Amino acid sequence: MSKKMTGAEMVIEALKDQGVDTIFGYPGGAVLPIYDALFQQNFVQHVLVRHEQGAAHAAEGYARSTGKVGVLLVTSGPGATNAVTGLTDALLDSIPLVCITGQVPTHLIGSDAFQECDTVGITRHCTKHNYLVRSIEDLPRILHEAFYVARSGRPGPVVIDLPKDVQFSTGEYSFNENIQHRTYQPRMKGEAALIQRAVEMMAAAKKPVFYTGGGVINSGPAASELLRELVALTNFPVTSTLMGLGAYPASGPNWLGMLGMHGTYEANHTMHDCDLMIAVGSRFDDRITGRLDAFSPNSKKIHIDIDPSSINKNVKVDLGIIGDCGHVLENMIGLWRSGAKKSDATALGEWWEQIDEWRARKSLAYKNSKEVIKPQYAVQRLYELTKDRNTYITTEVGQHQMWAAQFYHFEEPNRWMTSGGLGTMGYGLPAAIGVQMAHPDALVIDIAGEASILMNMQEMSTATQYRLPVKIFILNNEYMGMVRQWQELLHGARYSSSYSEALPDFVKLAEAYGGKGIRCDDPAKLDAAIMEMIDYPGPVIFDCRVAKEENCFPMIPSGKAHNEMILLDLSDDAGLEIGSIIDEKGKMLV
Amino acid sequence: MNAIAALSPYSSSMGKSNTERHTLSVLVDNEPGVLARVVGLFSGRGYNIESLTVAEVAHAERWSRITIVTTGSPEAIQQISHQLERIVPIHKVTDLTVRGRAIERELAMIKVRGKGENRVEALRLAEAFKAKVIDATLESFIFELTGAPAKIDDFVELMRPLGLAELSRTGVAAIARGAEAV
Repeated sequence: MSKKMTGAEMVIEALKDQGVDTIFGYPGGAVLPIYDALFQQNFVQHVLVRHEQGAAHAAEGYARSTGKVGVLLVTSGPGATNAVTGLTDALLDSIPLVCITGQVPTHLIGSDAFQECDTVGITRHCTKHNYLVRSIEDLPRILHEAFYVARSGRPGPVVIDLPKDVQFSTGEYSFNENIQHRTYQPRMKGEAALIQRAVEMMAAAKKPVFYTGGGVINSGPAASELLRELVALTNFPVTSTLMGLGAYPASGPNWLGMLGMHGTYEANHTMHDCDLMIAVGSRFDDRITGRLDAFSPNSKKIHIDIDPSSINKNVKVDLGIIGDCGHVLENMIGLWRSGAKKSDATALGEWWEQIDEWRARKSLAYKNSKEVIKPQYAVQRLYELTKDRNTYITTEVGQHQMWAAQFYHFEEPNRWMTSGGLGTMGYGLPAAIGVQMAHPDALVIDIAGEASILMNMQEMSTATQYRLPVKIFILNNEYMGMVRQWQELLHGARYSSSYSEALPDFVKLAEAYGGKGIRCDDPAKLDAAIMEMIDYPGPVIFDCRVAKEENCFPMIPSGKAHNEMILLDLSDDAGLEIGSIIDEKGKMLV
Repeated sequence: MNAIAALSPYSSSMGKSNTERHTLSVLVDNEPGVLARVVGLFSGRGYNIESLTVAEVAHAERWSRITIVTTGSPEAIQQISHQLERIVPIHKVTDLTVRGRAIERELAMIKVRGKGENRVEALRLAEAFKAKVIDATLESFIFELTGAPAKIDDFVELMRPLGLAELSRTGVAAIARGAEAV
């Protein structure tokens, strides 16, 4: 059924038809008609952020914790350019977003009008797709197509650039749920013959491993269930990327911990020595593989991915299966059962013995202290005191992020929101706001660093405005910790611009924003302080003063292989001479 | 380094060992910005473009055909095809080189300036190459030549000493032989 309305009203109508009840945004001249339409309805709640980057990350947090498409609304020019970092973040981590940007009226496009920028040109490289709406007739189709493109196949951000005159003009609006896109129809089902071959390779494997990624989370909760079922059926070990944490529960018997640059010893050695690697929704990123020519040299590799360009991009695989990993895992389980397949129990027994030896190295061990809070200890206590609650964790980027990934354990998907691909400092607080909007009764904690948090600190104001009780848990070591660690290891401990000079008083800052500030620097008082944070019914900034020069281990140094990772030498106070381990080629890498 | 080259299309496109030249036919929705998406993909990911032509091929359906000649390792070229397929308004990507036996043609217009013996020689060579004279003055010719890119290269080289003044080439258009259509 078609209805007559203005372009601005169509935007609201389309949001309703797509089931969007929350959007994040910031008004400005070129989106005023849409804000006027928002004002006159009650279905869609608009969350006013304090910077458009915050809107994008909040929409990401909303999307990742719900599995729905996140929506943001920003004005032309600076509104659009401020959103670019968040859009790029969503592109790298495959998060479905629809971003509506205002644009100057069509007759002014190209005239360097006030707050004009070439939004579709700028965002072409950081979106999955984008549109400039030139006439009202195209608007209903584009609005719904944008949602379809954002969530289908490998999800990603989509921009709709909407000139102000189109927002004002009147046209026919209609909505058809079953749109058939002219060109974009991603393949969901894997090819049966290939899946059959995969199952046979699995039954023949002696040293197998599942290497899972964010694709399992993106596929939906059912994919995580299926992964758990297949792991239980086969008794294969399973590791995951940063993005995939929670798909398989950290308490599960087959869990090896995260792999990669700061992954566990057992996960990386299992990857290096395996004879069959089953990559599920993961993309062989350089944080994962380490030195490519020494990456898992003796294994056959199966790669399941919805994006054909992921297969054979960084690492050549023996069997690529294009499809949604939920579908493929389901078919694998079906074939495993119907073919009465069995894992090679004897070989697997030996493999697990070997893995247990690696586990015994306890690669996450650190030297605790009674005088000063160790950052690892802080995350451990945070985990112990919040694990039995309905908790969601977001992070910023750096050492604290890696410690959170190592020491906070996830049992369920969609509980862990972090900027993996782009590594965006300033992600965590706005993401937490997005999560809290979607889950008002949950405990949402942004594990942060004192440097990262300042990048989008202004969103504390948003949290106060909407009474969102987000908890910002800052591991404050007064350094951009990961930068400092690399400078220590690679640049002769010359700490060039990595000291967090002139920090604000975070307790007073929290109070200035209308929240609560808590400071703790004593390990003995940490638990009580964390409880105080949890029990406070509003936003909290927790200034956790931690050991200043703690390094994040274990670590695969740049340019090294999985079996060349370095562990913390607990007997040696002086630390490691890693500078000499990394060669000149390695220093070139990031 | 060689071992890395064998594993990663990105490293191998930098090492010049096993570089191949491929012609890709890309069928796209003829909407604003689609060419920028294709070209931006090549520049953004560091792929080479040796030649690129684009024109509408079906007006009612709003389809355009882009023909791209690119170079890289076989892995890199496969990666390029897959990356192109990710662009939303792209219908189909066909690697004509992999399909084999594709016909490639290019059109060139060549302006040659000269007098006397050079002028006669230029005309004689043009006849041998089946180039057409499409403009003439007492001291210049413009030749039109259609053919495979290598044939045009050869002709241009011959014209150089005879007074080559200006050259305009269309880039490669290509189509697969046989009854099958892309």
